[in-house]
Amino acid sequence: MQALYAQLLVGLINGSFYALLSLGLAVIFGMLNIINFAHGALYMMGAFVAYFLLNLGGINYWWALLLAPIIVGIFGMILERTMLQWLTGLDHLYGLLLTFGIALIVQGVFQNYFGSSGLPYAIPDQLKGGMNLGFMFLPIYRGWVVVFSLVVCLATWFLIEKTRLGAYLRAATENPTLVRAFGINVPRMITLTYGLGVGLAALAGVLSAPINQVRPLMGADLIIVVFAVVVIGGMGSIMGSIITGFALGVIEGLTKYFYPEASNTVVFVLMVLVLLVKPTGLTGRAA
Amino acid sequence: MTALTDDTLPVTSRGMRDEMIVFVVMALLLASVPFTGVYPFFVMQALCFALLACAFNLLIGYGGLLSFGHAMFLGTAGYCSAHALKVWALPPELGILVGIAAAFVLSIITGYISIRRQGIYFSMITLALSQLLYFIYLQAPFTHGEDGIQGIPQGRMFGVLDLTKPTVLYYVVLVGFLAGFLLIFRIINSPFGEVLKSIRENEQRAISLGYRTDQYKFLAFVLSGTLAGFAGSLKVFVAQNASLTDVHWSMSGEVVLMTLVGGLGTIFGPVVGAFVIIAMQQYLASFGQWVTVIQGSIFVICVLTFRRGVIGEIAHYFRRSL
Repeated sequence: MQALYAQLLVGLINGSFYALLSLGLAVIFGMLNIINFAHGALYMMGAFVAYFLLNLGGINYWWALLLAPIIVGIFGMILERTMLQWLTGLDHLYGLLLTFGIALIVQGVFQNYFGSSGLPYAIPDQLKGGMNLGFMFLPIYRGWVVVFSLVVCLATWFLIEKTRLGAYLRAATENPTLVRAFGINVPRMITLTYGLGVGLAALAGVLSAPINQVRPLMGADLIIVVFAVVVIGGMGSIMGSIITGFALGVIEGLTKYFYPEASNTVVFVLMVLVLLVKPTGLTGRAA
Repeated sequence: MTALTDDTLPVTSRGMRDEMIVFVVMALLLASVPFTGVYPFFVMQALCFALLACAFNLLIGYGGLLSFGHAMFLGTAGYCSAHALKVWALPPELGILVGIAAAFVLSIITGYISIRRQGIYFSMITLALSQLLYFIYLQAPFTHGEDGIQGIPQGRMFGVLDLTKPTVLYYVVLVGFLAGFLLIFRIINSPFGEVLKSIRENEQRAISLGYRTDQYKFLAFVLSGTLAGFAGSLKVFVAQNASLTDVHWSMSGEVVLMTLVGGLGTIFGPVVGAFVIIAMQQYLASFGQWVTVIQGSIFVICVLTFRRGVIGEIAHYFRRSL
């Protein structure tokens, strides 16, 4: 049973990353009509920024948790201003191709300087060790990742669904021209939205650095799984993205325990099943 | 939302004559390669990728469907042909048929699944399906995991053509490529191809005209996947191995890049694009990972400033369709 709970915890952690990343993808897609293929590369950048902050600047994990998403978010906003904004009005697929190119560039540059092996990032002192819950041993850092991700996801949901800013955002997603007519600077909102989505990816990167090590290709395979998550959940609903992300992480964790050979493929198989039964995705409208 | 190729196909005079002339010139140029001293292995490799890119282009350029998983057909056909040649010791022509059949079956299954969603979702689904196959091939015993299938015998095609001779192999690959190319050319110019183009331009209108667009897209997907498999089978004879690189997502990305550089929705673009990208990889091989950075930069530059691609720009300048 110990092993089962351990795999469930790993599943919840992966689920946190799926949720944070698919949430960012959904928010970006809503405003920019772009599937951000660079999301995995920016997740990796988040982890690397945390690594640089610690090893070059002596800035600890807690500040990295705040600074890395801001730094990567600003990088993302520069990308949006210099490149993505020129794609407005073109077919969706150009956005996918452009961000795929950006992902190749970013990952290639990091691979040149850091190879393909992992760099260690130590767990912060306050989160070291673990506690015995009676039925299992819980490493504190892992528990922290799940709880903190959940809080960030819910805060994002609150920001978008319940605040005035979020209302502007949702309105601009539906009809940007009309929202502009009310005097709201929609292009600036688009830039900020991209920064927000990218910041969430970078935050996931910082969270994963102590668990998965810091590697140039850490986001490359992850983003494909997240695409499958997005196909399963649909991008229509924020809460849908969060729930699907965590649920699929848990299912993957269970598969690791019961049938480890399929743990790499289970999300993709589920995607196939969902497409066969309900082609629009679980929460999605026809797209 | 403007359609994909709004500015790529300024067809004022659409004559098949131009295209046939270019085709004959291309065929003659390629046929004369063994007499020029150009390294034939390089050209053979480029021809296989050119056929793959043409098959991919059938889907994106004429059906408006961006598949981000075409490596799965290349890799699957490659593995099956390699297995048939090495383990079952089949002759080359049957080995190729086994690979094509495998790609055909795979494209029916994956097509049935992925056609259910449009646009950007279609791309994500094809990418996820190819990643699913990647993990299956990583674990399946017959693919030999990381090592791949190596030392594949080339044999004698039809009992007479000795494929171990580079020149003979070159012409067999060339004939295969030209046959595949002509078939795609024929498909594009058939009534089926015209309906496909109408779906690309405006699917809703095609539906309202009474076309069952899903069936057209499905058929285009199967044709494209099967032809991509043919390219994979031919590649086995050139490379003499079948490995995981052929199924990896980066290979799917390369095919997209070749077609984009040459020109989406142009007939000769994918061929030019394949030669450009393969040549670039040959000459820049010593730069290691910088090749990835350069490929990414080409993606960015093409999307931002050069969406018509090489052939698309030429066709636009001369106001012809090529």
